[in-house]
Amino acid sequence: MRVNLRKRLKPLPWPRYLITPASILAALILGVFLFLWVGVSPFRAYLEIFRGAFGSFYNFSEVLVRATPLILCGLSVALAGKMLIWNIGAEGQLVMGGIAGAGVALFLSPFIPGHLTIPAMILAGFLGGALWGFIPGLLRARFQVNEIITSLLLNYVAILWLEHLYFGPWRDPAGRGFPGTAMLPDMAWFPRLFGTRIHLGLLMGLIAASLIWFLLAYTRWGYEIRVVGANFRAAEYARMNITRSILWVMVLSGGLAGLAGIGETAGIHYRLQQGLAVGNGYVGIIVAWLGRLRPGSVVVIAVLLGGLMVGGDQVQISLHVPSAISLALEGAILFCVLGGQIFQEYQLHIESKSTGTRKSKVRRLTRVGWRGTGKPDEAVDRAKEGRLKTDP
Amino acid sequence: MSAITSSRPVAVFMKGIVKKFPGVVANDGIDFRILKGEIHSLLGENGAGKTTLMNILSGFYQPDAGGILIDGRRVTFRSPKDALDHGIGMIHQHFQLVSNFTVAENIILGVPGPIRLDMGLLEKRVAELSDQYGLAIDARTRIHELSVGEQQRVEILRMLFRKVNILIMDEPTAVLAPQEIERLFATMRRIKDEGRSIVFITHKLEEVLEVSDYITVLRRGKVMSTVRPEKVREKDGVVSTELARMMVGREIILEVGKKSIKTKKALLEAKNLSVRGDRGELAVRDVSFSVRVGEIFAILGVAGNGQRELVEALVGLRPIEKGRILLEDEEIANHFDRISYVPEDRTSRGSVPDLSVFENFALTHRRLFSKGPFLSWKTVAEESRKLISKFNIAAASPTMKARQLSGGNLQKLILAREFFQSPYLLVAEQPTHGLDIGATEEVWQALLRQREQGAILLVSGDIKEALSLADSILVMFRGQVMDIISCDDEKGLERIGPLMAGLETKK
Repeated sequence: MRVNLRKRLKPLPWPRYLITPASILAALILGVFLFLWVGVSPFRAYLEIFRGAFGSFYNFSEVLVRATPLILCGLSVALAGKMLIWNIGAEGQLVMGGIAGAGVALFLSPFIPGHLTIPAMILAGFLGGALWGFIPGLLRARFQVNEIITSLLLNYVAILWLEHLYFGPWRDPAGRGFPGTAMLPDMAWFPRLFGTRIHLGLLMGLIAASLIWFLLAYTRWGYEIRVVGANFRAAEYARMNITRSILWVMVLSGGLAGLAGIGETAGIHYRLQQGLAVGNGYVGIIVAWLGRLRPGSVVVIAVLLGGLMVGGDQVQISLHVPSAISLALEGAILFCVLGGQIFQEYQLHIESKSTGTRKSKVRRLTRVGWRGTGKPDEAVDRAKEGRLKTDP
Repeated sequence: MSAITSSRPVAVFMKGIVKKFPGVVANDGIDFRILKGEIHSLLGENGAGKTTLMNILSGFYQPDAGGILIDGRRVTFRSPKDALDHGIGMIHQHFQLVSNFTVAENIILGVPGPIRLDMGLLEKRVAELSDQYGLAIDARTRIHELSVGEQQRVEILRMLFRKVNILIMDEPTAVLAPQEIERLFATMRRIKDEGRSIVFITHKLEEVLEVSDYITVLRRGKVMSTVRPEKVREKDGVVSTELARMMVGREIILEVGKKSIKTKKALLEAKNLSVRGDRGELAVRDVSFSVRVGEIFAILGVAGNGQRELVEALVGLRPIEKGRILLEDEEIANHFDRISYVPEDRTSRGSVPDLSVFENFALTHRRLFSKGPFLSWKTVAEESRKLISKFNIAAASPTMKARQLSGGNLQKLILAREFFQSPYLLVAEQPTHGLDIGATEEVWQALLRQREQGAILLVSGDIKEALSLADSILVMFRGQVMDIISCDDEKGLERIGPLMAGLETKK
């Protein structure tokens, strides 16, 4: 018996929007085995996760706190992804946004009217991230340098900058050796909601999601972004300025991640410290993919993943399971959802019996090659399937 | 030669091959036989199913129905490896070489052997093989330092190294200079003389006549006929029109009867134009012509003779190597917005399949439909609704995805879009390629209506289409203008077939 994938000749027999929920369900079923393996009742575990995340107002507020940077980073990756530009650098852009915003709060706030401090920090945070998006954008647009590599490597540069600053020149002299900057001045603290930790960043995320949605749906530039992503050759044909679009998309994408950075700095930590670069930029890639690059879905997925993280912490405490369990569950969901998308275009084909050639016979028929039989060449088919080249 | 060929044993028999892709039947019950020690040409237009059929034989695709017999025994190939194990190898149009490996490393690639490679011994064997077949190449050179012709030699050597008995070559001459083609043919004959077989995929008639023992013509996934070149060769001129007709499939009709153009005013002028192709070769060589106002000007030729490169230069998608293009006496570079272009490639150039019908309609009219930075989708939807009914496009609604339209309806959508702003000049490339008769008629009607608005440059491989629509026909062969024939010139029209095949010399 042989199982392989074949391209669907007819569209899927059931609505495509059911694929994602079905895939998540499949992942949760995989999770059942995971919990059985560590000796916990899966039913109780899922119930604990759910209660931990959505069981009370406070718990849910923590989910939203967790989701805030994920929304902005997810939007950052999704916007670039719409154009088939893979921004792996949201993490570094987030860090640069945090540095720029904190810098304004720490050093420039005496010179800024109090009520303008926060707007100035937000602007600085956006620009800090935008600069970190601009660099790979420029390299990609002008010199065809692969943005995946450059944006990824710039993450490390940004994190080293961050460490240099809070261990070195920006370190709090009164911090008694604690690595971090001084606390931001009071007027630089993002307002919080009803005594929870929900801060201004969530509002920024929701506004950004609506603006990105509007940009893509109703503006000429947004339309051009979608065309470039969907069919590069058609964009060329329609005389779109692809180089310029790539550049600006990366600037905007970086800026969004930068906003996540200033949100975490001014809304949660109130200083620059180690906790800024905790991988939100990378989880943003997962959020963007699971949300299929749609701004609205990105928000929903960010909240769900935030819920899984908060709920995961909860089971860890109440059922004494390893902390890796929630990460493993996250991985299972990503795996199943991405895997599930294959079935939109392909179907499983099962051959019942082998009609193929037997090796011994083949060797006898034709003595081939260097010694024995030949091997297939590189997978040429992939190129034939018509994956679009995106280099301008 | 022919007497021997007929008595040769059958090497491979492909029987009743069917292969479907979404929306197309690429191979529709094809029977194909390859004899031992022959060069068998597969002739057909783009999209006729030649490459698909050979991809099946070389194990890249599995047929939906039908089977392959080798020496009378049924075989199933699940991968190119299976086919190679049976001595069948294919050289693709786009070479499969690792560009920063050496020739020898590429030849050994994927061949199982000892863990320690004896490169010295390998290089010696490669040198022997290249001597034997006249494929001069240094085994230690890296691929990216080689010319395209030399890279092709590496591909051939690689197949010879694996001792294939059936060598499939997909349009090997498309990338070669004339002298290189002669060398390739010499190598092919040498391989043939050893009793091995070669399948030669091409759409160039004169090459087919020169090198092959048998010719199989495919059209729309079916075998039209299998003939020997001697049979169609009796008189030089007659030959190719007959083969061309088998390829194109329509009777050539000489009913033109169009009013001649009164004005002599040139709208578009190309002067001594040269353009380079994808591989840096001169695809268009010193081409000059002018298109007058109110005229349909056809550029006719068998695919791959430089028409695509010429059109891309005209619409600004490809740089000009030499010469000038003028639109109303001004350099065209500043006036691309006055040219509409209906590309041959409907799905990968002319439309965005994943976007809706009305979003596709906005593709080339973005500025017209926007207020400031905002696109007014309401207006776009209204206008596309009007055009859907005016051009009789079978779309359930403008919000339908473009990929759900049939080929003909998609083409009508693109035409409707490109006619929308009454262009000065419309460049239509193979506008009816792959359409059924009904859709073809509608597209032709639309083009004839548009002719009164400005001028149309029609690029076609279809003689009937050119004759039915055009006022003047430029015949292109190997990047050059063979002749420009007015449609009133009955004598001239008869020469079109031979000119297309390059059998008559350039004027």
